[in-house]
Amino acid sequence: MLSYVGRRVLQSVPLLIGVSIIGFALMHLAPGGPLAVYTLNPTITNQDIERIRIVLGLDQPVHIQYFKWASGMATGNWGYTFFGGRPVLGVILERMPATFLLMGSALSLAILIGCTIGVLGAVRRYSVFDMMATSGAMVALSFPTFWFGLMAIYLFAIKLGWLPSGGMYELGEEDNLLDLVRHLILPCLVLALVITAVWSRYTRSAFLEVMHQDYMRTAKAKGLRAPARLLRHALPNALKPLIALLGIELPALFSGALVTETIFGWPGMGRLFVDALNMKEYPVLMGMIMFTALFVIVGNLVADILIALLDPRVRLS
Amino acid sequence: MVEPLLRVEGLRTHFPVLSKLLRRRVGTVRAVDGVDLAVAPGEVLGIVGESGSGKTTVGKSILRLIEPTAGRVVFEGTDITHLARREMLGLRRRMQIVFQDPMSSLNPRMTIGRILAAPFEIHDVAKGADLREKVADLLRLVGLPAEAAQRFPHEFSGGQRQRVGIARALALRPRLIIGDEPVSALDVSIQAQILNLLKRLQGELGLTYILISHNLGVVSHICDQVAVMYLGRVVESGPREAIFFDPKHPYTEALLAAVPLPEPGRRAAHAPLAGDVPSPAHPPSGCAFHPRCPRAMARCSVEAPVATALPGGHVVACHLVGGA
Amino acid sequence: MDAAPAVLEARNLRVGFRIPGGTMRAVDGVSFALRQGETLGLVGESGSGKTMTSLALLRLLESPPAELAAEAILFEGRDLLRLSEGAMADLRGARLSMIFQEPMTSLNPLMAIGRQIDEPLVTHLGLSARAARARTLDLLARVGIARPEQAVRAYPHQLSGGMRQRVMIAIALACRPAVLIADEPTTALDVTVQAQILALLRTLQEEMGTAILLITHDLAVIAETAHRVAVMYAGRIVETGPVAALFARPLHPYTEGLLRSIPRISRVREATLPEIPGVVPAPGQLPAGCAFAARCGFADDACHATRPVLTPSGEGREVACWKPRHG
Repeated sequence: MLSYVGRRVLQSVPLLIGVSIIGFALMHLAPGGPLAVYTLNPTITNQDIERIRIVLGLDQPVHIQYFKWASGMATGNWGYTFFGGRPVLGVILERMPATFLLMGSALSLAILIGCTIGVLGAVRRYSVFDMMATSGAMVALSFPTFWFGLMAIYLFAIKLGWLPSGGMYELGEEDNLLDLVRHLILPCLVLALVITAVWSRYTRSAFLEVMHQDYMRTAKAKGLRAPARLLRHALPNALKPLIALLGIELPALFSGALVTETIFGWPGMGRLFVDALNMKEYPVLMGMIMFTALFVIVGNLVADILIALLDPRVRLS
Repeated sequence: MVEPLLRVEGLRTHFPVLSKLLRRRVGTVRAVDGVDLAVAPGEVLGIVGESGSGKTTVGKSILRLIEPTAGRVVFEGTDITHLARREMLGLRRRMQIVFQDPMSSLNPRMTIGRILAAPFEIHDVAKGADLREKVADLLRLVGLPAEAAQRFPHEFSGGQRQRVGIARALALRPRLIIGDEPVSALDVSIQAQILNLLKRLQGELGLTYILISHNLGVVSHICDQVAVMYLGRVVESGPREAIFFDPKHPYTEALLAAVPLPEPGRRAAHAPLAGDVPSPAHPPSGCAFHPRCPRAMARCSVEAPVATALPGGHVVACHLVGGA
Repeated sequence: MDAAPAVLEARNLRVGFRIPGGTMRAVDGVSFALRQGETLGLVGESGSGKTMTSLALLRLLESPPAELAAEAILFEGRDLLRLSEGAMADLRGARLSMIFQEPMTSLNPLMAIGRQIDEPLVTHLGLSARAARARTLDLLARVGIARPEQAVRAYPHQLSGGMRQRVMIAIALACRPAVLIADEPTTALDVTVQAQILALLRTLQEEMGTAILLITHDLAVIAETAHRVAVMYAGRIVETGPVAALFARPLHPYTEGLLRSIPRISRVREATLPEIPGVVPAPGQLPAGCAFAARCGFADDACHATRPVLTPSGEGREVACWKPRHG
């Protein structure tokens, strides 16, 4: 098992290098640059800009820039922001808790509700409940996340005034947990909505697949009642594809969080990414790309380990 | 003795066992491990064995649907083991295979007419009206109505689909047909129909068959020569009468004793053969049958027996027969 | 011989499937009685309805789409059709067990086999985990698995097909049921392993006195294992009787045709095997008269016009035929 994890970690190194090269290349191919903001400022001369370019190392060829950045990365130095010169890793880690709070709460909620809907739909296939869940999921998946976000703000924040329309805290309420929860509800629900729809579908088909297996018939022929059959026999088998899917779905979850954070002004990594994109903050953008890639790789590794723990055919071969 | 139509010498087909992650070779499955066979023209050779015996791999290796690892396959006097692709294509007109599950080998979206026309088109043998006539002939030959040409595989029963499979194999008038469990998926009443068809076609077209089957009743009904395989090797071979009524290898004896008979009260008193067929990835030492053999001796676990020829073309690979 | 009372009795059992535009009858009025301690073979080709019958007895068919009806399914004096789902669950695996054709897929791949055998013991007998495990080890030894202490920790994929079927038998017989329904228990196995499993079933039957309903397409398996046999064709029983008499002198032309079409190992080879022409009629396309008439060499107008019903013909035999053989 340990050697398996070790090998997987080693395998992810070329993957990370590939991601960084593609990310770096695309970033530099995009029009404009970090110095574009200065060109609009009449008090800054061309000489000033040239001087800043040299200071930031942007005068060097792209591949040299890449190697400088990459060798820094390899030693744990994620670089410094162009504006403000703050360490990139620090900037990202500062935003991380907010994002993980939003993603974690939305994901937990979505999996809880989505899986319940999916299991009930599979157990009572073609029932009224199943039909409603199916059409509900289709509706939720048909609209873009930002539309739900704007509608939620319009309805609950503006019309009804029940909840704040954005941000994470009211001024001076940074330590008030209740205030945080009130701010969290809308973005969490909006982000959870689409994930719930997706997971109810995944769970339903995973359970349907499992419930038609021969061993489920054996479980029934043994005299086990429905809860025991579902919990002991169907659930572990259905969980396997779902865990694998969770690993694969992580990037989609990340981009969903990005959109939601932007709509609700949630001060997480999504906002950081959008701001960095506007400012062409290369070091921050690269840091974000690498962080996301690492997160997804680790997520998939965890998923694979969980599957190996669940399935003796994977574990013992 | 007549020159055999097909001769197999020292055929070995090994598969690498790859590790899950890095696809490194960590072992070898010796699916076929030194098999000698010969079929005379117009004869039926039966290959019997249980799962893991390698009987299916032998059939596919002869046609080079799976490339053999070592050994020679000589067909009509030509060593075909190293023929190039183009030459092999020409050869496949004269050697055909019929599989167990006709459904999976028939394209569900093609009509029976198209399926049967394909061999003629691939080998550029017939076109237009001539082609339609040839397809109609094939359908008649296997006892299907002419309208079958316009229908799709799913509209047919298992037995009828197997007739289509046989018709396709016959299209280019082959000399040798390898049947890989051709009647195993069929109900017994339909199985009889197909066996009778195979026998009639053999007489009418002068065909030679290699019939691969786990069903000893089927093999004894249709075969002239029989080879019994166990874990990649032929343990006993010879004329039908010798194998079924004078078996020398303990495995052949046990196999015959295990066959249930449709005659109540005929069950022999002796205990069935114990144990399972071992994995061909880890075959036992010496004679591969020794852990299950009721008559195993000390040398059986150390030394693999060599094939011993008895009178009448009966060959046995067993230390009980091998003499000193 | 017929002194033993019936432990499981099906009366006019019917199974239909709802399809667009009607109901497809897979089982059409099947009646039989399984006596205490005997083996009754239910034999038929694909589409005969034998597997549907077996699943219907344990109420394992998914409904919808299946529709189950019967005058009664009597088991130990109770009508299974009148039991609640909970009461039925209490019987399954305890008094009335079943094993299936595919030992490769019938066991949960994620659960060690020890736990899979413990389950019915804990569920039905209320044993503690420790007591159940002791019984499981004993059961594994009795179904012929070497080193039970290691076997309980094994997972299904580590066992051969024959071993898995032994585990299935251990699960089914764990609570000493009155009836075991075995649906093609050896069809997926090699012939030497089939002989082992059939011998094991015979031995355990003698030890436990379990009545076995053996469902198979293989008449030879019936001949070696069953005391009585019922032959099914197109959803109905066409002939039934003691094995020896039925095999020696089949009354129904279908039974006779089946027996004759089996290729046998004999010194003299027949030039052609006797075959039954044609194919089994599709369910839902059954003729008004005898379902076999179209394939039968003896059928006349009466056979095509009216359906024959099972009629006693002496020696505990029954046949549904207007023109029985050897009659």
